[in-house]
Amino acid sequence: MCSVCGCSEGETTIEHSHEHQHDHGTDQNHTHDYGVGAAHAHAPGLSQARMVQIEQDILSKNNQYASANRDYFSQQGILTLNLVSSPGSGKTTLLTETIALLKEQLKLSVIEGDQQTTHDAERIRATGVKAIQINTGKGCHLDAHQVGHALENLKPASESILFIENVGNLVCPASFDLGEAHKVAILSITEGEDKPLKYPDMFYAADLMILNKMDLLPYVDFDVEQCIQYAKQVNPRIKIVQLSAKTGAGMESWVQWLKASRSVQLIDYTAL
Amino acid sequence: MHEMSLCESILDILEQQAGEQNYHKVSTVWLEIGALSSVESDAMRFCFDAVMQGSIADKARLEIVTVQGQAWCSLCNKNVMIEQRYDTCPVCGDFHLQINDGEQMRIKELEVE
Repeated sequence: MCSVCGCSEGETTIEHSHEHQHDHGTDQNHTHDYGVGAAHAHAPGLSQARMVQIEQDILSKNNQYASANRDYFSQQGILTLNLVSSPGSGKTTLLTETIALLKEQLKLSVIEGDQQTTHDAERIRATGVKAIQINTGKGCHLDAHQVGHALENLKPASESILFIENVGNLVCPASFDLGEAHKVAILSITEGEDKPLKYPDMFYAADLMILNKMDLLPYVDFDVEQCIQYAKQVNPRIKIVQLSAKTGAGMESWVQWLKASRSVQLIDYTAL
Repeated sequence: MHEMSLCESILDILEQQAGEQNYHKVSTVWLEIGALSSVESDAMRFCFDAVMQGSIADKARLEIVTVQGQAWCSLCNKNVMIEQRYDTCPVCGDFHLQINDGEQMRIKELEVE
């Protein structure tokens, strides 16, 4: 239980301490009172039954937290990326290799999401970069509230890049905005080229698709052109980078995209 | 199974609204779910019953109103109906469609006491 907002985290655990503040927004609602009686009631005898119109987005609470996170990132000039993929696509390796390339030039930090263990956060911390682990317990995705808590402990530097490595899952994280600037979908070529069609919500929500493990192309039946066509069919705006985090081939395109996205994020910030 | 956390969000809203709208029991919940939202209606029903157990919406009836997917085709200059995100325009076959309906996940209305 949080001390300030009284939220119950269920099975979620976040490393380190637990003090925070956040805004609880309000929504506009209105009631239609049909008076005392069975008006609009579906069962006879329920004299107190009445209808209430709510018109509220199911994800409104998550979206309020996401919006608060986004404001914070904007005020601090932080570029935040939500990395999503199936388990085993190489997200953590991509991160450690990206950190190795960039940590002398840019301030970086990482939020790691997994159901259990702090293995990934430990891998990141071994590179010398700040990282915090969120364990979602049985949860299949991170939500904006958990990320808000993690931010209070992680305290990412202003003008930095924050990577959020979501739980390995191509379905659920698509619906939950964390306040990020972009979702980045990572697809390894040991998976099928039709993943963008099988999990269209995720590839629709992403602004960049990274095709990882390209060094394995000679050994697998993966049709790169077909995969790109499927991704563009689901999301005509999506950008695509092909790379191998292991060999380093193609990493320069990813780094170029990161730097360009950071420059865009900083336009607002420097204008303040 | 993010339907579980969606149902928990629904319960949060029902509990929050109970004070504001002055009710103590919810007997029916109407949801509007877009065909292009990543919600599986059967999974939603299953989770709904489980999550509402023991709450102000215990044994409440869940009514799901499905909204068809709709997108704007800039070549045809009109709205077309689609079933999946990757559908091409049923008229001209182009896939540069702008989705404009069918992505919602909303609580529409409640029957309360």
